[in-house]
Amino acid sequence: MIERTSAAQDAAYERIHATEEFRTLKKKYLSFVVPVTIGFMAWYLLYVVCSNWAPGFMETQVVGNINVALIFGLLQFVTTFAIAVWYSRFSVKNLDPIADELRAEFDEEITR
Amino acid sequence: MSTNVILAASEEGGHQTLTTVLFVGVVLLTVAITFWASRNTKTAADYYAGGRSFSGFQNGLAIGGDYMSAASFLGISGAIALSGYDGFLYSIGFLVAWLVALLLIAELLRNSGRFTMADQLAYRMRQRPVRTAASVSTVVVSIFYLLAQMVGAGALVSLLLGVEGDTLKNLTIVGVGVLMIFYVVVGGMKGTTWVQIVKAVLLMVGTLLISVLVLAKFNFNLSELLGTAASNSGHGQAFLEPGLKYGADFTSKLDFLSLGIALVLGTAGLPHILIRFYTVPTARQARVSVNWAIGLIGSFYLMTLILGFGAAALLSDDQYAKVAESGGNLASPLLAEAVGGGEGSTGGAILLALIAAVAFATILAVVAGLTLASASSVAHDLYANVIKKGEVSGREEVKVARIAAFVIGGVAIALAIPGQSLNVAFLVALAFAVAASANLPALIYNLFWKDFNTRGATWSIYGGLISAVGLVFFSPVVSGKVDPATGESLSLFGTGVDFSWFPLENPGIVSIPIGFLLGWLGTITAKEKADPRKYRELEVRSMTGAGAE
Repeated sequence: MIERTSAAQDAAYERIHATEEFRTLKKKYLSFVVPVTIGFMAWYLLYVVCSNWAPGFMETQVVGNINVALIFGLLQFVTTFAIAVWYSRFSVKNLDPIADELRAEFDEEITR
Repeated sequence: MSTNVILAASEEGGHQTLTTVLFVGVVLLTVAITFWASRNTKTAADYYAGGRSFSGFQNGLAIGGDYMSAASFLGISGAIALSGYDGFLYSIGFLVAWLVALLLIAELLRNSGRFTMADQLAYRMRQRPVRTAASVSTVVVSIFYLLAQMVGAGALVSLLLGVEGDTLKNLTIVGVGVLMIFYVVVGGMKGTTWVQIVKAVLLMVGTLLISVLVLAKFNFNLSELLGTAASNSGHGQAFLEPGLKYGADFTSKLDFLSLGIALVLGTAGLPHILIRFYTVPTARQARVSVNWAIGLIGSFYLMTLILGFGAAALLSDDQYAKVAESGGNLASPLLAEAVGGGEGSTGGAILLALIAAVAFATILAVVAGLTLASASSVAHDLYANVIKKGEVSGREEVKVARIAAFVIGGVAIALAIPGQSLNVAFLVALAFAVAASANLPALIYNLFWKDFNTRGATWSIYGGLISAVGLVFFSPVVSGKVDPATGESLSLFGTGVDFSWFPLENPGIVSIPIGFLLGWLGTITAKEKADPRKYRELEVRSMTGAGAE
């Protein structure tokens, strides 16, 4: 059950790959995910490193028994939720319309 | 009079009867669901991918059900109850990891693969070597994870039922094994998915209930809960700060960093998670399902924080000693009993039984997902594409997948029973390390690097796999770690055997770079270059869904 593409499909993939719209789609996607991935990985590693090597900073009490360590940990949850929402909104607005259009072109082209 | 009878029954272990009844209820419910799901399983796409008919929300629940193991439910709350803040560190890695899956993997994989992880990896490669490598890695990761879950199940069920003895543990392992084989053989992806959805709902409702009851004891004042936990734990403020468990010396700190990296990069390379993305109709629904999963998993880990600190704050000294004796696993069940009214009360017995049943459902859903992932890979990758070179009907593939589920389930049972006498808890962390070192580099390179080729793919998979497993083999996890207080061995092998030379228990910090490095080295040294036309095709297909099933 290996998928084999037909000549019509091959031609459609080649044509779409060369379009300006596809280049825009790829550029928009990468220019979102690459910096954001570097950002959240650095933010997470900073948290792990602080937990290991910055005990004085982490044990600072902020309100009552709530210290920096707990707030830093909870902020990881907040940023994870926020990035997920941000990426989804970004995709719906900037990526999905282009992807839908190219996919429709592809379907039309191979059924012709 | 009647109250006295109930109280007497509870003291005699009334919760055991109730727990057993609820266990049987969970089994009957999931068996019924599986039969119901099997009526609509006809084609290969039905069996492997649930007919791609689940909504993003349903799949989000199922991902949660697949991912949140008994180790995270009982283990993390237990680790927080015993080691305070350090127990919480795990959950953060487990959660942040989902951003890797969301941003880089889920949608692209949904568009460019069909049933297994290897479909994506072999898209533009020579089929046989790449599928073999991907299948080996899938089976290794899944079996490691499966063994840890099944050995844990034996201990857990006897703990929850309060019955000692090896017979019950062995029976539990066989019972769990037979059930998971049943779900996967009869229900395929549809049955497995519904079992996971039911479990996710039970788990969320159960933990929410206990969390609210715990917070109510402190008038919803988090600071007061933390303060009481800190003073009752005997550690004071140190209980609320990192370092109690991992902070001993430089090696243990480095070990924690290594674990943190493996957790955050491993999730997006776990085969049983990856195949879940194929069960939805479009890439957009795959994105929606990851968003739901992040919401569920995140809220769940926030609640384990309340459960863990709640157990430290509310349990009596006797109960707390029992938690310590169980390695933390009893923290949530005993906490449920305490907030329900305490030992001997009807409310306590009901809540304890409820949490025990939730833990049992959790085990079943996770082991079913793991068995399905490895059976699918054996049938679809090894049998259909490597042995039969693709010349095989969907019907025959499904038949082989069912046989494979039998064999893998049988092997897991046969290994788990002797495995009980060994310390196998490290296998979960090892599964994440292999997924991060072998699978993730290959997936990332295949999606984003034009020149990546067959040799690069096989080198990164085998290189990451062998280095992760090999380093753990020569680590204190396997030999040479002795408890300084008791003189007992803390390793897989007993005292007197010591061939360890790698100081860390978590290999990720070395093996993940090895996986990436070998993928690059294999690629640039290969004579057979990547086909640029196939990469253009993969790019268009993965980003737009053009031609995707």
